[in-house]
Amino acid sequence: MSALLVALGAAVGAPLRYLADRAVQARHDATFPWGTFTVNTAGSALLGLLLALPVDGWVTALAGTGFCGALTTYSTFAYETVRLAGNGERLRAILNVAASIAGGLGAAWCGTLLAQALS
Amino acid sequence: MTETPADRPDDPPVPPVDPDVDLHLPRQRAELRQAPWSTLAAISVGGVIGALARYGLAEAFPRPAGGFPWATFATNAAGCALIGVLMVLITETRRAHRLTRPFLGAGVLGGFTTFSAYIADIGRLAAEGAPGLALVYLSATALAAVAAVHLAAAGTRAITRPRRTDPAAGEAA
Repeated sequence: MSALLVALGAAVGAPLRYLADRAVQARHDATFPWGTFTVNTAGSALLGLLLALPVDGWVTALAGTGFCGALTTYSTFAYETVRLAGNGERLRAILNVAASIAGGLGAAWCGTLLAQALS
Repeated sequence: MTETPADRPDDPPVPPVDPDVDLHLPRQRAELRQAPWSTLAAISVGGVIGALARYGLAEAFPRPAGGFPWATFATNAAGCALIGVLMVLITETRRAHRLTRPFLGAGVLGGFTTFSAYIADIGRLAAEGAPGLALVYLSATALAAVAAVHLAAAGTRAITRPRRTDPAAGEAA
């Protein structure tokens, strides 16, 4: 049952990551991977919110493990970091790692605060 | 060599920064307009496969309270190694089917690896009174991921390079 919910969430989360990445990348011409940064930050905020809410296990499987897990990505994030460094943009590569982790933690914290305010 | 860049507009001058979609490449810029449903369906199906594999690993190796999140760590490190292999194969050594990158890269590996669970694990460890382990996990995952991409790409390049010594062989396919 849980596996089916994870699959359902991922079926939506993965293409939404691609669409959001495209939408963000179409709006700037910098080499910094803002598209991936955006989906990772948004997914971290949503998971932070979910985990702090008194929700049932099926909601966590569907929206947390499935949707947020597939909306966010570590492989694309790490690949982009290596590409930036390989293109001679070491500072941007380091900034990408620092900003993504700090942004993700900050976003998750905001999600947790929102959950506490709601419940 | 009579080919002009216009003959093969999808050949990038350098590998793309964003493996999911790099809008500097005409072929990737057009893929959603030309084949929106097959592209999105490939990513969706791939995402389901990747997410189920991640879920299976997480269920098989649950994290004890205050313990190191080995399942998420291994998932992310393995997914990063695999994208290093994949991107070298499809951008440097052979021409891939147009759905290969959406299905395997954005779909399977994007769905397999997760940033949100990584961030949530860091928060949980800190909340469980293990801020030191949270910091170790934070750094170890980032370092392992970057090293995995780099080493897997370099290894794949080293293995596949002999095929490229004959320039005609690359064009034959």
